[in-house]
Amino acid sequence: MSVRALIVSCVFAAFFASTATIASEINEAAVAADPVAEKRLQGLSEELRCLVCQNQTIADSNAELAQDLRREIRGMIASGKSDKEIIDFMVVRYGDFVLYRPPVKGITLLLWGGPIVLMLLGLFILQRYLRRRARRMTDDQPLSAAENSRAEALLKELDNK
Amino acid sequence: MNRYYWILGAFAALVALLAIGLGLNPRDVPSPLVGKPAPAFSLPILATPNKTLGPKDMEGKVWLLNVWSSWCVSCRQEHPVLVEFSKKSDVPLVGLNYKEVRGDGGFDMSKMSADDEKKLAFQRANTWLSQHGDPYKLTVMDLDGRVGIDYGVYGVPETYVIDKAGVIRMKHTGPISPDVLGKKIMPLLAELNK
Repeated sequence: MSVRALIVSCVFAAFFASTATIASEINEAAVAADPVAEKRLQGLSEELRCLVCQNQTIADSNAELAQDLRREIRGMIASGKSDKEIIDFMVVRYGDFVLYRPPVKGITLLLWGGPIVLMLLGLFILQRYLRRRARRMTDDQPLSAAENSRAEALLKELDNK
Repeated sequence: MNRYYWILGAFAALVALLAIGLGLNPRDVPSPLVGKPAPAFSLPILATPNKTLGPKDMEGKVWLLNVWSSWCVSCRQEHPVLVEFSKKSDVPLVGLNYKEVRGDGGFDMSKMSADDEKKLAFQRANTWLSQHGDPYKLTVMDLDGRVGIDYGVYGVPETYVIDKAGVIRMKHTGPISPDVLGKKIMPLLAELNK
């Protein structure tokens, strides 16, 4: 391992170690109070998008709104709401966009079906290409005797030069 | 040669798609609240803190609900447009001050009592409006942002157009530009007020 790689890996290790401690410090007190509820909160907030950062879940994000929503979820868990009721609460306010796993429906068909369609298209193109290539190979005729001797003569001419 | 046209065409299509994508506003998330009744609330009024206001009090009127805060930078950009609007239009504009103190980020909320927060929030909101002009018929104070959650607020400023029956007809996220006001909001208000 080069010195440079060593330094880079140390920096990374230190970075991850430090963020892990910060995260665990924040959660520890709350988890100690009610581990079951905190686990539900964690699970639910990993399903929900933080609309401020958009590419983070409510669990990952430290935006004000994510904190508020985690507090809101904690309150709903404490008042005995089911997971579905809590998710619905969010969808009613923020729309399907708040769900990290968008529901399958008319408007999301392309999203869910798109990759499959693209894969089928790729397979189709691949198959067509392979067929064409196979046809080209069988179309290749061996050289006739006359062509053979001409090729040989040409090669010989090259060698003599 | 034919094949190169194909590749070039596919590339051009990709560039076109990316260009369209870059032109879109990622904050413009369609609100599920459009077409639904405005969520009820009852919040203290900035000018008269012992009185409250809610959507029920506005029934029978087409009105605008504008979410703002003194710490919100984009609100400052939008504010002159609102001031101008309030001078020209009779449509009541109600302000919803969102998390005036705790949204600021500059205060340690664990060290502040509820009373202190309330006092500070009202004072800050009043100061801001006297500095920048007050376009609002009145402003209500959402100190903890709970009403904001009911309205699906995620980026101040946000503006809702609410019709006579109390149904949300439009939501605009982000600052209102003169363009948005003239081309989208004003025509809608005219139509709703017919």
